[in-house]
Amino acid sequence: MDINFWDKKVETIDRHALKILQLKRLKETVSCALKTQFYKARLKKCGINSANDIKTLEDLKKIPFTTKDDLRECYPRGLLAVDMDDVVRLHTSSGTTGTPTVIYHTKADISHWSELIARCIIATGASKKDVFQNMMSYGMFTGGLGLHYGAEKVGMTVIPMGGGNTKRQIQLMKDFATTVVHITPSYMLHIHSKLAECEVTLEDLKLKKAYLGAEPYSENTRKKIQELFKIDAYNSYGLSEMNGPGVAFECVHKCGMHVWEDTYLVEVVDPKTGELLPEEKEGELTFTNLTRRATPLLRYRSRDIAFIHKGGCSCKRTHRRLSRITGRTDDMLIINGVNVYPSQIEEVIMKIPEVGTNYQIYLEKEGSLDKLVVKVEIYSKMFKGDLAEIDALKLRIRDDLRAAIIIHPIVELHEPGSLPVFEGKAKRVVDARVKL
Amino acid sequence: MAKELNVFIENRPGRLRSVAEVLSDAKINVRTMTLQDRGEFGLMKLIVDNPGKAQLALADKGFACALKDILAIALKDKPGSFLKLADVFLKNNVNVLDAYGFVIESNKQAVFCVEVKEPEKIKKVLTKAGFEVLEEKLHEF
Repeated sequence: MDINFWDKKVETIDRHALKILQLKRLKETVSCALKTQFYKARLKKCGINSANDIKTLEDLKKIPFTTKDDLRECYPRGLLAVDMDDVVRLHTSSGTTGTPTVIYHTKADISHWSELIARCIIATGASKKDVFQNMMSYGMFTGGLGLHYGAEKVGMTVIPMGGGNTKRQIQLMKDFATTVVHITPSYMLHIHSKLAECEVTLEDLKLKKAYLGAEPYSENTRKKIQELFKIDAYNSYGLSEMNGPGVAFECVHKCGMHVWEDTYLVEVVDPKTGELLPEEKEGELTFTNLTRRATPLLRYRSRDIAFIHKGGCSCKRTHRRLSRITGRTDDMLIINGVNVYPSQIEEVIMKIPEVGTNYQIYLEKEGSLDKLVVKVEIYSKMFKGDLAEIDALKLRIRDDLRAAIIIHPIVELHEPGSLPVFEGKAKRVVDARVKL
Repeated sequence: MAKELNVFIENRPGRLRSVAEVLSDAKINVRTMTLQDRGEFGLMKLIVDNPGKAQLALADKGFACALKDILAIALKDKPGSFLKLADVFLKNNVNVLDAYGFVIESNKQAVFCVEVKEPEKIKKVLTKAGFEVLEEKLHEF
């Protein structure tokens, strides 16, 4: 097996030199963080007034964790470390409630992020000779643009199709002999189920590789996809707070995802106590972005549960490998690759006077795709007996939810008092999705 | 105005019965009923002898229900009487949202219940054209 590198020097840096590089970059990041309203106050409180107060990597522990709530409270400019003139892009993502979060990027930030993606692509054995069809959504979702920039950097032929429109996806795959796709595992399975309908056979396609991300999946799903398409499938990990995709990616050996540790200082912590956990011990992934200048983030709690593999990889990359994401520390749902918090749905429902406060979120599989059903109760006092009004109400709830959570749910109206009532902390989410 | 009782019910076995039971317990007599279906739910429309009492009984059991003004037009139960009414609608540009009818006395008396946007206005039009628009009388048959 050929092992190729995009940036061999950094990718195979020895661990000692890596630590020196990390420390240098951590100091730069801290001095950059001190330019933001948020960290200026927070770092001073723990005795860090300048980068000089960071003497070793151990000093990282002095810095408190940063959470999603911090990001929400900082919206929109509390974590901006550069002049707005130097910002070339921003990505917002929905918070757990109505307040979004935002990540800014300078030109250098985007360039560095693209470098990381280029490393990922080359690590899987792909090259500029490949035709890359990007089936992740573009726009605010970082999955689309992230891979796009990296693929262009590598020099691949990029088809920026984005998500959905299966028939056209298949047509393009055939017409342009797509060799690599970036896609969610559930959508990849969905595409396979539609090939016959489109009268396209595997032989018509030239597909070789799939980069699978944006939703958790099992090793069995990978195997299934590899067998169905006769391709290699690689696991991809990222989160919008750490730019997006390109935080960790599998190499040709597919034995865990190399975390680019020159850029992401990763810690695995006990979600309850915040205590550092050793390799091979499962915990919450916590990241410090060491290169992003527009929005520095220190010790960011990802709420993703995983562990770090022990030992090196035969690809010679010295960056450690991350396991699959095995869970979340919060109630975030991943629906067809889109992150949704039940609280976002609740907030929308509570603002609609025609429905009651009792509701249920029901998830099931339709083929290989996820289906979200939001069940609400008609509020008796607001009922006028007009069917046109009820039809309009249903549409309004659907549109309001779509605006809040990006995906179109199916809205079901129920009789007052018909949905289960929960005492105490309501368990309103029923996840009936069968694991793929 | 004649009153139509509207009840929101889920589309699953047993829901019609629940409404029927409440009405029966309240000694309500149902003249006619119709259902508008919307997949997971439907709207049940009833003409009953005591709409106010029926609504209270259902609301008491937690049903989402409401009374709505409708036009209850008395028609002779014979060929051609429906056409006469339809002519008046056409002449006055009346758009019908929903409609249903029932016979009160075979070959003699029928009622045509019509849901329109401005019932008061259309009522005047119909009265002028010689039709009897029933109010309380609808519930008393």
